[in-house]
Amino acid sequence: MQITTPSFKDNARRALGDSDLRRALDNMKTGFVGKRLLAVERLPEFDALRDDARDIKEHVLENLDAYLERFEARVKEQGGQVHWCRDADEARRVMLEICRDAGARTVTKSKSMIGEEIAINEHLEANGIEPVETDLGEYIIQLRREPPSHIIAPAIHLSKEQVADAFRQKHGQFPGDRPLDEPRALVDEARAVLRQRYFDADVGITGANMLVAETGSVVIVTNEGNADLTMTLPPVHIVLASIEKVVPTLEDAATILRVLARSATGQEMSVYTTFCTGPRRSGDADGPEAFHVVLLDNGRSALLGGEFHDILRCIRCGACLNHCPVYSAIGGHAYGWVYPGPMGAVLTPGLIGLEQAADLPNATTFCGKCEEVCPMRIPLPKMMRYWRDREFEARLTPTLSRLGLAAWTFLALRPALYRVATGLVIGILGALGRNRGRFRRLPLAGGWTAARDLPAPQGRTFMRLWAQRRRGRP
Amino acid sequence: MSGARDTILGSIRKSLKRGPLSAEQAARLEHRLKTPRANVIPARARVSGRRRTDLFVDEAERVSTTVARVADAAGVPGAIASYLAEHNLPATLKVAPDPALKTIPWSEKPVLSVVEGRGEDGDAVSVTGAFAGVAETGTLVLLSGPEHPSTLNLLPETHIVVLRRDHLVGSYEDAWALLRVMGRGMPRTVTMVTGPSRTADIEQTLQLGAHGPRRLHIVLIGGAEDDAE
Amino acid sequence: MTAKALDVGLFVTCLVDLMRPVVGFAAVKLLEDAGCAVSVPPGQTCCGQPAYNSGDRGSARRIARQVIAACEGIEHVVVPSGSCAGMIKVHYPELFADEPETAARAEALARRTHELVSFLAGALEGAGIDAEYRGAVTYHDACSGLRELAIKEQPRALLRRVRGLELKESREAETCCGFGGTFCVKYPDISESIVDLKVDDAIASGADTLLSGDLGCLLNIAGRLKRRASPMRVRHVAEVLAGMTDGPAIAEGRGG
Repeated sequence: MQITTPSFKDNARRALGDSDLRRALDNMKTGFVGKRLLAVERLPEFDALRDDARDIKEHVLENLDAYLERFEARVKEQGGQVHWCRDADEARRVMLEICRDAGARTVTKSKSMIGEEIAINEHLEANGIEPVETDLGEYIIQLRREPPSHIIAPAIHLSKEQVADAFRQKHGQFPGDRPLDEPRALVDEARAVLRQRYFDADVGITGANMLVAETGSVVIVTNEGNADLTMTLPPVHIVLASIEKVVPTLEDAATILRVLARSATGQEMSVYTTFCTGPRRSGDADGPEAFHVVLLDNGRSALLGGEFHDILRCIRCGACLNHCPVYSAIGGHAYGWVYPGPMGAVLTPGLIGLEQAADLPNATTFCGKCEEVCPMRIPLPKMMRYWRDREFEARLTPTLSRLGLAAWTFLALRPALYRVATGLVIGILGALGRNRGRFRRLPLAGGWTAARDLPAPQGRTFMRLWAQRRRGRP
Repeated sequence: MSGARDTILGSIRKSLKRGPLSAEQAARLEHRLKTPRANVIPARARVSGRRRTDLFVDEAERVSTTVARVADAAGVPGAIASYLAEHNLPATLKVAPDPALKTIPWSEKPVLSVVEGRGEDGDAVSVTGAFAGVAETGTLVLLSGPEHPSTLNLLPETHIVVLRRDHLVGSYEDAWALLRVMGRGMPRTVTMVTGPSRTADIEQTLQLGAHGPRRLHIVLIGGAEDDAE
Repeated sequence: MTAKALDVGLFVTCLVDLMRPVVGFAAVKLLEDAGCAVSVPPGQTCCGQPAYNSGDRGSARRIARQVIAACEGIEHVVVPSGSCAGMIKVHYPELFADEPETAARAEALARRTHELVSFLAGALEGAGIDAEYRGAVTYHDACSGLRELAIKEQPRALLRRVRGLELKESREAETCCGFGGTFCVKYPDISESIVDLKVDDAIASGADTLLSGDLGCLLNIAGRLKRRASPMRVRHVAEVLAGMTDGPAIAEGRGG
């Protein structure tokens, strides 16, 4: 997909002016945020489970090579195939080859963020294979030819009217004047259309929430059941997973499942959690004949062991997006690539390069809410700060900011000079602002006064007044 | 392709500043995999007997699953017939070729027409067994296999699950333990189903029946008399 | 009162020093009324947070060293800001992770450093608070104080002792106000959208005054309230606890 991250500020400005988007994002508070809180309150062990989940994933990352080898061996024992891919290009090539070998004309897909990351749909389309997204939200945005705006609710930015418009345009098989006012009607229509696509598809592509080393199973979680249909009906199943998804045992998977849905949507469990192990067995009446796992690195192994190591624990629940004041204000598209919100601000620079994503680690208030709700206890603000360090070192920080900072540091390190200089400025501003108590506009303060008045200082510095008080004392 | 494998494993090891695991370290991991240990299990899941049944039913109902209770297999056809009548649903059942379901006296309810097989487009109602029910979240554990085609869980609009009360467990870990005791390894799919299919992708309003069943109904076999712990 | 007065050094913070000295004097009064002997370490300027959060670790470390030296030998360092106290308590030790000797000094300072309100409510058990405020107050939980230092109940407990004060909780009391240090000037339109939610929520609480423990947030919220011509008053919580509310509230003038 096209990267628009470098124009983050313009994207954000546009998003802020979009009243449909604002209404859609408001739904998120009562939906995801409120429901998560209720689910967490119902489970006294939630924090203990978060600790366990973090420890499991840490243990895996420390032994990632061994667990991947073990997973691979198990998949092969069950008659599946594993394809290791260093980057997006390699993964696209491998997947296209599998589709071609299957003589595929259409493939169904269940939502996969890694699929977005490697832009698999565009690649298949360019090669004459039609990909059909089956997650309802993902299907809607595919019809509208736009990228997802949220990692678990890709169409969260849309109103039902916008969805109805897309359906009227693209579903020519139905009468044009059919009623599509209610979400129910929209869901039913999508269900009917997609049902046939499952039967027609030659290949089903799913992502993976986890890979289980113990059994060689792929764990796929959905609410709609679309991944189960995608992996059951077509003759070939391709799983696209990144290398950090592996967990040791079924018990470890259970622990992560307990925090996943609660953090994501506030459900105790998602509706369908399927552990899928190899192709159809003898005697089975259904299931695919071939089972492929594409294991993608795409820069992740390089993040291991470094400052951004902890982001590899991420289970893509979306809690950090749902709770982020910045995401809640601008939505996901403004971030300009696959991963928005706090986890995106940490992951995106690591995957597409800091130059392109320079805004993301800065466009945060460091309020810490993301870390507070993260089920994997990922220190997101700390890692955004690491990216800021790298920007500063690489001189990506804007010149004006650098100069301002240098001047401030110069003064801060010279207390005597600092007192004189600040005393002077504060004295002037205090006198100017004395009557109104604030400024509507002030030279060099445009960033501040664009949105709010600048409160005037009281006029004398504390340090000066304190010195006077001390002198006045006997 | 082996080039990619070696590159990725090499890159992982380089980042971790080490070579392949030593024999001793590898043995430790193997031991962890061979003797899986549970992590924290919520207290809620550690119940048995009647309390476990009640919890299972409560949790299942919270997620819009409906539950009917019958004393024994003989009660199943009647329970299903009245459920279908109540919801104005056709009485044609696609039933899993499950030996346990064969013992159900379907013919006692002639209104029900029973066909065995996998799920097909157009099937309105399916009936399957279940490997286990997990009380913790009212979750069904369904294993695929010759006796349980997974299409039956997905294609019909109504999925009816016949579940024996003594197949209820407290936690997911209990279900894994049962699966290991069976000793047949992992089936092609183990699906944990918690309620009927749903989506909230349109304006965050919940709609049941997105791609899978709109209705999930459990007929729970096991009368009050076996409520002793 | 304890027999021996507690030795307290006030780290006044640059914003209080420059923008609103009355907060510093309120802090001094509260500490003295609780029986502390208060000094103001002369070598202090800024805690280094602007540099730290802008990726300039070198400058942040130089400033941090200066603060560590300035506070050497002081039994308790008290800071009228959760954000600056968090910088000293949480981030100074991280800054010197690769310099064991300085890290030890940073950790010692971190242990001796307290955010004002939690120190008054905790170690000082609310001693000496004797104030009156006629008004309905809502409290904004500033992010650093809340999430880095677990400041939540302390200010509310102290405010309940103020005569005439009615506390009205806002639904979104824990939601960020959109200040975020340099964030608010780098991304003014996003910041505006966030602070608008905060302001709407504060107004909806029915309070006539908004209090908090961090001047950064307060300047942001007050600035937005005034831009929107709201009559809501904004003050640092210390001003109310110390009974020093005769002067104009934040962003309000003498000329009316």
